[in-house]
Amino acid sequence: MNACADEAAVAARTSPPRIVTERGQREVFCGLTGIIWLHRKLQDAFFLVVGSRTCAHLIQSAAGVMIFAEPRFATAIIGERDLAGLADANAELDRVVSELLARRPDTRLLFLVGSCPSEVIKLDLSRAAQRLSRQFMPRVRVLNYSGSGIETTFTQGEDACLAALVNELPELAAAAPKSLLIVGTLADVIEDQFRRLFAALGIERVDFLPPRRATELPAVGANTRFLLAQPFLADTARALEARGARRIAAPFPLGVEGTTLWFEAAAREWQIDAAHAHSVTAAASERAARALERHRPRLAGKSIFFFPDSQLEVPLARFLARELSMRLIEVGTPYLHREHLAEELALLPAATQITEGQHVDRQLDRCRAAQPDLAVCGLGLANPLEAEGIVTKWSIEFVFTPIQGYEQAADLAELCARPLIRQSLLAV
Amino acid sequence: MQLTVWTYEGPPHVGAMRIATAMRDVHYVLHAPQGDTYADLLFTMIERRGARPPVTYTTFQARDLGGDTAELFKQAAREAYERFQPRALLVGASCTAELIQDDPGGLAQGLGLPIPIIPLELPAYQRKENWGASETFYRLVRTLAGANDPSPGAARPKREGGGRPSCNLLGPSALGFRHRDDVQEITALLDRLGVNVAVVAPMGATCADIARLGEADFNVVLYPEIAATAAQWLHRTFAQPIVSTVPIGVGATRDFIAEIARVAGIDPTVELSGSPSRLSWYSRSVDSTYLTGKRVFIFGDATHVVAAARVAADELGFSIAGLGTYSRELAREVRAAAAARNVEALITDDYLEVEARIAQLQPELVLGTQMERHIAKRLGIPCAVISAPVHVQDFPARHSPQMGWEGANNLFDTWVHPLMMGLEEHLLTMFRGDTEFTDTAPSHLGAASAHSAPEDVAPSSSTTAWTAEAERELHKIPFFVRGKARRNTERFAATRAIATITVDTLYDAKAHFGR
Repeated sequence: MNACADEAAVAARTSPPRIVTERGQREVFCGLTGIIWLHRKLQDAFFLVVGSRTCAHLIQSAAGVMIFAEPRFATAIIGERDLAGLADANAELDRVVSELLARRPDTRLLFLVGSCPSEVIKLDLSRAAQRLSRQFMPRVRVLNYSGSGIETTFTQGEDACLAALVNELPELAAAAPKSLLIVGTLADVIEDQFRRLFAALGIERVDFLPPRRATELPAVGANTRFLLAQPFLADTARALEARGARRIAAPFPLGVEGTTLWFEAAAREWQIDAAHAHSVTAAASERAARALERHRPRLAGKSIFFFPDSQLEVPLARFLARELSMRLIEVGTPYLHREHLAEELALLPAATQITEGQHVDRQLDRCRAAQPDLAVCGLGLANPLEAEGIVTKWSIEFVFTPIQGYEQAADLAELCARPLIRQSLLAV
Repeated sequence: MQLTVWTYEGPPHVGAMRIATAMRDVHYVLHAPQGDTYADLLFTMIERRGARPPVTYTTFQARDLGGDTAELFKQAAREAYERFQPRALLVGASCTAELIQDDPGGLAQGLGLPIPIIPLELPAYQRKENWGASETFYRLVRTLAGANDPSPGAARPKREGGGRPSCNLLGPSALGFRHRDDVQEITALLDRLGVNVAVVAPMGATCADIARLGEADFNVVLYPEIAATAAQWLHRTFAQPIVSTVPIGVGATRDFIAEIARVAGIDPTVELSGSPSRLSWYSRSVDSTYLTGKRVFIFGDATHVVAAARVAADELGFSIAGLGTYSRELAREVRAAAAARNVEALITDDYLEVEARIAQLQPELVLGTQMERHIAKRLGIPCAVISAPVHVQDFPARHSPQMGWEGANNLFDTWVHPLMMGLEEHLLTMFRGDTEFTDTAPSHLGAASAHSAPEDVAPSSSTTAWTAEAERELHKIPFFVRGKARRNTERFAATRAIATITVDTLYDAKAHFGR
């Protein structure tokens, strides 16, 4: 597999991806949407959006059905009177937070989440968080980050949240042994799988950010090495580096190849013998490869078009192209972090077309002209494209579904195969 | 600042989108950041529309704020016109853009586009979705139909002799609760009465249709939340009478027909003869005896709540335990409907307040929105949805109107089916000792309700103790009425300062509250 990766790297050097930046209407969620999965992960945290009715409506609409009686998120809706005077807005915020914490005494960590309106009226949520922290510590820690759509796109909300959390991590003692931090929300089941594999490799000290509980914040310092589990964590990585931690460059753990390269990068950092590393991952990797084969006939040779959404597009495209032989027509991504994605870009087929940013109408024109076998897009575009005869896969499912690691590689393939299977089944 | 968990209505620009999306040839240029594009999925996912809403968002970013967001807006408006070739352009701002005060109306007018520009001022920090829809529809009507207004004092031209009277159906919009089916039902009913529907608006209307609204003999307002303001303007401008009875339920449909007949000068006898709706007979049939006095709580938009209260009380024989609305604009009408049923209206958009009221009242049926469906599910109370906010299942594949005769049939089916019915309830009571009817036995109320039956939450509010024997007796009562029995007994004990509830107290309370 490494030989294969090297070949691709050569190809990428001779015919690197063509990256075009586009500006225009963007059809993407804002960073507030991240709350939907972050609040499931951090079980003692509460997310209070300080925003408008639009923000509240967005979160409940993006979450689909309202399945929670008392979800661990809410919106403090800014009213006209709050706009009239910021001093009052701060007093109002304090009142709302007191009300909330009285209702939800189980909260240990409260995030004040900034929105477009709170940013525009320059409501200083970091000062509010400090003020409220003083009031409610040690019972509740209050932090803030921005999920505003003028600053963050969809998954960047998680980045902003984790970056805020990094500042709160305890200091790892200088004399502490080297420890590994996995950064980016993963399903609990995947964390457990990864823990087992790291333990088998011989990496003993492994922490995850975000942790499952706010009271279990991992320590960070100069002896921290971190692996990104998600490709959208630019600010978090920068904050960790500011704390002395060092990033281990690797592709992302999507697909068999991505997962193997990801573990191997950690193994190299720990100077673990390559043969041992191979013996640890071999069984899971072979099992995953066998499971993937079932989906190959359905996907091989099929063309795929990515609309920008989660920043997962480049690693997904790499997986689908290299492990399932799909043809990449266009890989749209809201933002391309060239450093964090360097290993991914090197693995892409020669001259892959990448579009950073969006002009949704022109992109739709290109998609219609290309008539891909499968278009990966957001919920606003899916049914309209289906109505035009283009089979789609909702990109949001890649964020909500466990897809990382060996045991999920076939699930990821299945997510892409299912719309095509369905299309072949229907005779109406 | 208001702490909000879930919200009944979106912001007002979503109301504007519901109007634009309902129509065929308008386009809405919305000055808004990228996150606001989520609103597209309301239409493409919930309503399963096969086309994107006709909305262009400027999606300005933080870096644009220091620069020229106004230029961004102008470019978006120009491009939208060129690409979509609409016959009228709605322009406005969402909550964030309202704060940066770029004046989309002025900017769009400055572009010199050869179509009407309709600026929308929708104050996002004061108003909500239905108000936004109403205001947008009013502005559209005023701009497009206003171009054809008669000279002051001119009499309405007489209809050609022998021609059928005509009316407009106003209010049906995108993302409306059963609007699609109501329009079909009411159009057919009017046709049978001999009345033509000239224009349905905004649903399916073109700008040219809006321009000729003034030609019809009168207007029918199906959804006052959306169309009352526009209809009043049409009344003032074109002297068009307004038919304002909302034909939901048998009685209201009869009233509606009578009002149409009066306004149109036609004879309704044929349409009113016989039993046009099955609801009347179904409700009188013996099986429905068991519906008598079922305590029902009603919540939703004003139109559907007022109509549901009448149907529930007068046509199904339920007893109204409480009702309310999130439509503050029509609070007066809902308060009047509540007063007529001797209950106090709950006027709120706070979902937690609604939940508390339902928990307190312990009704046997909830008629509400998707929010109340969730509340009822948690409390183990049967529920039927009667109003927006909508969910994907509120757009059924089948024809499922709320209005007219067929609408009344639908109300009977959808409200009664969640309940234990007739012989079913009777037999359950008779055989309640059977192992099949224990708490853990399967129930068609769903697995969750049997385990989180209301009795599990009720005792926390009471300090009254139960003897072990009384508790055992309580558990012989079927789970779906046990919560009410417990609550009534405790209330009975509390008012009589009984500290410990015995089997006798339980039956004393039953005798006291029994109907």
